[in-house]
Amino acid sequence: MDVKDIIKEENLVYSKTKLLTDNIMHYCPGCTHGVVHKVLAEVIDELGLQEKTIGVAPVGCSVLAYNYIDIDWHEAAHGRAPALATAINRLYPDKYVFTYQGDGDLASIGTAEIIHACNRGENILVIFINNGIYGMTGGQMAPTTLIDMPTSTTPYGRKTEFNGHPLKITDIIAQLPGTCYVTRQSGHAPAAVRKLKKAITKAFENTGKKKGTSFIEVVSTCNSGWKLSPVKANEWMVEHMFPFYPLGDLKDE
Amino acid sequence: MAELRLMKGNEAIAEAAIRCGCDGYFGYPITPQSEVLETLMARKPWEETGMVVLQAESEIAAINMVYGGAGCGKKVMTSSSSPGISLKQEGITYIAGAELPCLIVNVVRGGPGLGTIQPAQSDYFQAVKGGGHGDYKLIVLAPASVQEMYDYVDLGFELAFKYRNPVMILSDGIIGQMMEKVQIGPYKPRMTDEEIVAKYGSWATTGKTPNRQRNIITSLDLDPNRQEQFNLKLQCKYKEIEEKEVRFEKIACDDAEYLLVAYGSSSRICQKVVDLAREKEIKVGLLRPITLFPYPTKAIQAMLGHLKGILAVEMSTGQMVEDVRLAVEGKVAVEHYGRMGGAIPTPQDVLKALEEKIIKG
Repeated sequence: MDVKDIIKEENLVYSKTKLLTDNIMHYCPGCTHGVVHKVLAEVIDELGLQEKTIGVAPVGCSVLAYNYIDIDWHEAAHGRAPALATAINRLYPDKYVFTYQGDGDLASIGTAEIIHACNRGENILVIFINNGIYGMTGGQMAPTTLIDMPTSTTPYGRKTEFNGHPLKITDIIAQLPGTCYVTRQSGHAPAAVRKLKKAITKAFENTGKKKGTSFIEVVSTCNSGWKLSPVKANEWMVEHMFPFYPLGDLKDE
Repeated sequence: MAELRLMKGNEAIAEAAIRCGCDGYFGYPITPQSEVLETLMARKPWEETGMVVLQAESEIAAINMVYGGAGCGKKVMTSSSSPGISLKQEGITYIAGAELPCLIVNVVRGGPGLGTIQPAQSDYFQAVKGGGHGDYKLIVLAPASVQEMYDYVDLGFELAFKYRNPVMILSDGIIGQMMEKVQIGPYKPRMTDEEIVAKYGSWATTGKTPNRQRNIITSLDLDPNRQEQFNLKLQCKYKEIEEKEVRFEKIACDDAEYLLVAYGSSSRICQKVVDLAREKEIKVGLLRPITLFPYPTKAIQAMLGHLKGILAVEMSTGQMVEDVRLAVEGKVAVEHYGRMGGAIPTPQDVLKALEEKIIKG
């Protein structure tokens, strides 16, 4: 008996996600982007939405998201993804348009764009990766960086008197009447990944029902930027990030 | 039947957008061009043609909405005035870098900074030489009448899609605000989604179907050799545009000894200068560039044999005059005359400058 005889439909318990391409991912081992990409690709595939989905990629580590998920993509300028998605959604009201943004992109340079897109209730979904740091540019302070957390631009830790406070942008977004679903999830453990998948599925379904903006924050690790091993980064996230960014739904209408 | 209507330049832009089958307009209020957005909102084209009109939260958002809309193969545009156009430069360079078609209207006011709300022509460098970062060019059209404001919307979109390149209508506060009669054209239907897939499906983000690879709109390439090749490809495109798309108007140039070069509002003033000079038996002609990129360099060069001097007239400290000098290569005298800050030269001012700077000089 060789491998070919074993690979039969009745024996199949796992296979590569259909919509993930064969390109080698540039993400660091341990990074949450890989998990979120996989879950996102699974949801699009399972809902049969490949032909109807248009992704808007950000500037940051996930600038190259278009290399990995086999759908049409538009790569935006830093922070502007919600503006692009607004136009695409309005010009193609029956498409499923999502943005995929990091915390520097969404919560710093793109604050105006995300607030106003959500406030207009654009019929889009937003995936917001919050790892408390600028990953791609080498670990600088983000608006979401925790107090006392060291980064390359806060080498002695973030101090409120000097750098202000970590921004809970998702809490602000939840206040906006244009949003229908605002949730904070993670991807660090099997149960968390299953919940994340449910949340992304619900967000796509909301878009199908034209309910307004669905917003999913994923509290994430950047073990390279945090200078921790993948395992230690997960532990650090549970211990430090979750108390400040608690998981769960903020709004579900 | 052609319909004649008395309208402002800004209103003509809005009416032309609706009638030429534009899919989306995204703008932000700024004087002296707010009537574009106001006219569109009052006209409610979404009920008539399905055109999307949206007031964005900023000029930056507006141009990025244009970027998104252009990426999915739609005919989209924005308009603004100088300070707002500065804010849009980020989006414009991305659109140029991603090779997308779109139309941008700049109803220029005086600067720098907040400057004034009065007309000026001081954004020539920004429009013609790049504006944002990187090696790129816009196709720049300079209307000199309300009719041309109307006509260049359709022409602008045609050129934008022909070359997959952003096109700018470089107008100013005079042409935006003044009223003239305009011949209104018939409605062109908007393209259906199916037609867009058929025509632009090879590059636009219309949704990945099994019969093609996924389409990716990006201006990013981290490989230096590929990025260089891309830049060279852009330059080839610009060269082709320079060869095929130069537009200009010549008035009384055949026997001219002196030439005025002026675009937009200044060219209207210079038409009167030609008449005044001819009354005094000074042989003056006017060359009016209609495309500022590509510039009518060869048209100027072809006239050098019978010219004694050239005066470039612009409402700026002298920007376009540099392109006149590049064309002339020192063969005849080239001087600049301009007013700025919202001041508008009179024909008498220009004639005096011509006599003092060129004829006596």
